Amino acid sequence: MLDFLIPPVLAIQEFFVLAAKAFQNIFRRPRYHQDMILQADIIGVGSLSIVMLTGFFSGAVMALQMSRALAQYGASGKIGEIVTITLVRELGPVLTALLVAGRNASGIASELGSMKVTEQIDAMRALGTDPIQKLVTPRLIATCLTLPMLTVVADFVGLIGGYVIAVPVLSLTTGGHYWSSAWRSLEYSDIAQGLVKPLVFAIVISLVGCFYGMRTTGGTQGVGRATTQAVVVASVWVFVLTFLITKVFVAIAA
Amino acid sequence: MNPMADLPAESILRFEDVSLRYDETPALERVSFEVLRGETRVVLGAAGSGKTTLLKAAIGLVRPDSGRIYLFGQDVGKLNEQEMVDLRSRVGMLFQEGGLFDSLTIEENVAYPLVNQRGRRIDPDHVREKVVEALSFVELEHTLDKFPSELSGGMRRRVGIARANVTDPPLVLYDSPTAGLDPITANTIIGLILKERDVKQTTSIVVTQRYQDGQMLARYRYEPLNGAIVPVSGKDKERGAQTVFMVMREGRLVFEGSQDELEAAQDAYIRKFVRR
Repeated sequence: MLDFLIPPVLAIQEFFVLAAKAFQNIFRRPRYHQDMILQADIIGVGSLSIVMLTGFFSGAVMALQMSRALAQYGASGKIGEIVTITLVRELGPVLTALLVAGRNASGIASELGSMKVTEQIDAMRALGTDPIQKLVTPRLIATCLTLPMLTVVADFVGLIGGYVIAVPVLSLTTGGHYWSSAWRSLEYSDIAQGLVKPLVFAIVISLVGCFYGMRTTGGTQGVGRATTQAVVVASVWVFVLTFLITKVFVAIAA
Repeated sequence: MNPMADLPAESILRFEDVSLRYDETPALERVSFEVLRGETRVVLGAAGSGKTTLLKAAIGLVRPDSGRIYLFGQDVGKLNEQEMVDLRSRVGMLFQEGGLFDSLTIEENVAYPLVNQRGRRIDPDHVREKVVEALSFVELEHTLDKFPSELSGGMRRRVGIARANVTDPPLVLYDSPTAGLDPITANTIIGLILKERDVKQTTSIVVTQRYQDGQMLARYRYEPLNGAIVPVSGKDKERGAQTVFMVMREGRLVFEGSQDELEAAQDAYIRKFVRR
């Protein structure tokens, strides 16, 4: 009667097996440093411009939206604080993760999926190398290193976006007050939250991309399917996990 | 002529009652055989008869449902994936379509086992030298910077042969090396397999649908003095005796024996291959 549960339960089990092996391989030889650097370049440097663009506009739009609401309470001077907290705690990590999920979870799934359907993964195994060590672990490490850095960049550029709207465009406050309130509003727990989230998202995005890539079947159509699934699943998990991590931090603060 | 003949027979690969199913379809059914050092095994059979599965099972790419497989004396079923990875580094394999990495150049493809295998320590300056040597062996040393997509099907197989042999493994598996190739290119490929086998004294398992491939492997040898492929004769006859034919049918091993025994077989399915 519960047979319909078997495939998803098996998939979850396979995912955790892959994750465990990928983490184990971090401490095992051989270490494919070159692959890791290449992936860090693709994921980190490759996503930099789009992350900066999105960060800037999300900061700007936050300032624009909040300007009316804050004016109602005569609290326009709080704009720096509001933009900072929203960006550092939530928007920065989530938007950056979603961009990287769209750009790299899909890229990873399609690359590994193509390799799978053309027997290149089997060839790797046959040639005495572990595909998890060669393909998954470098992508995991590279995403874990670059996503937090991209998030920090997005946060900062977002603050500049907020500044541009708040100070030169709407004259809600002075530049000095904007930056000092932004700085003062941040607590260590905000920074911790803003860095823990991208790290967790990085693990999920890279492993979901690799997982769907490595289990691709059904030729080119299967590669397309794996790519879509990877982006959808990674994006949904970003939202679920940001909720759970926020819940933990709120509980700790309380 | 054949230095292997004087060595004690050593088991390289042994299947003991091996069965394997893909979902409900049997791919191997109670298959048992043993390959000794220096032997050439020619595995014949129709498409879907389990030939490729046999090779994949031999190096643990697929796990049998029952039975045991011993590779270099080690029970494959008892090894974990990491131990299998190390054991596989002692085996070369040519995949059906070459199995080359399409985003790597030919040089990177052939260098792959040298630079990526766990236990292998090779001076980076020495890698290129080894790659050029392996590619020269298959007469493709001018393709170093090309990508697999820029080569013809036959050339890709030749690169696959170079990659399978670049680490000088004692056992090399060839999965349908001549499938889909014209007869002239197919003969060139078998000639190269023969050359690798005889120069490096490797044990080879060749899966094929073409009887001519097996015939050539059993009846010819590489003559290093003039670099020619010559028929075995007189004192070289033992090379022919070291070529064992196997015929697969729907996952079962229906024949195992010498070329003479194969040609004398009366079974209609087996005769179908001999007549080709």
